[in-house]
Amino acid sequence: MGNIRLIARLDIKGPNLIKGIHLEGLRVMGSPSEYALRYYLQGADELIYMDCVASLYGRNHLGDIVRSAAKDIFVPMTVGGGIRSVEDATQILRAGADKVAVNTAAVSNPQLITEIARRFGSQCMVLSIEAKQVGPDRWEVFTDNGRERTGQDVIDWVKRGVAMGAGEILLTSVDREGTRKGFDIALVKAVSAEVAVPVIASGGMGKPEDLLTVVGEGGADAVAMADILHYKRAEIGDIRTVAKIAGLGVRYYEHS
Amino acid sequence: MSTPEVTVIDYGVGNLLSVQRALEHCGAKVILTAEPEQILAAGRVLLPGVGAFDNGMQALERLGLVPVIHQLALQKTPLLGICLGMQLLLEESEEYGLTSGLGLIPGRVIPIPNTSTEGRFQKIPHVGWNALVLPTADAAWKGTILQTVVPGDAVYFVHSFMAKPKNEMHLVANCLYGGVPIPAVLVNGNISGCQFHPEKSGEVGLRILREFLSQ
Repeated sequence: MGNIRLIARLDIKGPNLIKGIHLEGLRVMGSPSEYALRYYLQGADELIYMDCVASLYGRNHLGDIVRSAAKDIFVPMTVGGGIRSVEDATQILRAGADKVAVNTAAVSNPQLITEIARRFGSQCMVLSIEAKQVGPDRWEVFTDNGRERTGQDVIDWVKRGVAMGAGEILLTSVDREGTRKGFDIALVKAVSAEVAVPVIASGGMGKPEDLLTVVGEGGADAVAMADILHYKRAEIGDIRTVAKIAGLGVRYYEHS
Repeated sequence: MSTPEVTVIDYGVGNLLSVQRALEHCGAKVILTAEPEQILAAGRVLLPGVGAFDNGMQALERLGLVPVIHQLALQKTPLLGICLGMQLLLEESEEYGLTSGLGLIPGRVIPIPNTSTEGRFQKIPHVGWNALVLPTADAAWKGTILQTVVPGDAVYFVHSFMAKPKNEMHLVANCLYGGVPIPAVLVNGNISGCQFHPEKSGEVGLRILREFLSQ
């Protein structure tokens, strides 16, 4: 297994960085570029930008944000929200993104996963899944920030998405997102047991130690962190140190 | 010191924005061009690129840039190839049948083995941060683009093929993937190549670009 990646997640609405609970009740945090630079300098392995109102379509804030981030952020960036076509993906990659994350459009048109993977390689195609628990060890795929049900089972969808070319899974627990209660370990475990591609666990990180369980028990390859970083409950360096002391492989970073 | 200039060969293979921004961040004036005269007159040249080897070579041939790059080697212009740009520096590649490369570094581009040294299956492409290591105990990075890098520093890789030089002397750094050594930096005189993306490798990557800009 490779190093565990520590990823800062920035949810964007219009020109602002926002943070919600269960992906709702969004609060404006500030300028995405300030936060992004802070996390880059703290040693984030990657950044994820998610446009939570899909404003990419029409008003292209996300493209501008990514283009400006490319001036002073030199780690891989994954960008999602409102990507509905290969053309949208092309635009966002041209703006400086390294990978695109697709959720809603992939659910309504799974062929898009294959098209993006063929064009840019599967390492570029991140399948973003918003999962809500609907029964014991059962989760359903939601779209539009956890508002719209799809009737699809998360495990079935993950398997299908990977078979169609997804090279990575961004797995967000809507139940845990913004709650600081820790990751949904059972969800992460159920998904990572089914697929060979990397799984990024997202939603619920309350303290650095939560990383250890989601990796150790859940089998996550990476964690996406938002709330814990935005509210300065921990810095990426602290989290890297906790991981290192516990014996998890993380990128050597001299400032940590 | 005056502003360093770097000419980036714009041959339509991949996105140049990130590499341009990183070079600008390092204080360079960046010229993007496919014009032979401009490239030949440059103080230093960067050959970027992502995608398939044959596409890359065809694009260089179409633009008449193969003899231009050979001339750069002869006139000792510092040249840095990144990712596919490094692979193109070798003699040939096994990607989609055997394709000839620029031949500036003897060797061949071959697939990354999909089994680890312990015989376990490993994923291809090799994607992610990986540490740079010395290929042999007596190797050193002084005088190369890795001059300011320390063994163990991690950089960001995305690739399915690897550039294997014929001569050990051209191999400056490896990374290990499932225990398998993968050439990460090659140097042959004024010609350097890195398999990883310095423009996505944080401060370590920027240090490597700054070193190139001082060549």
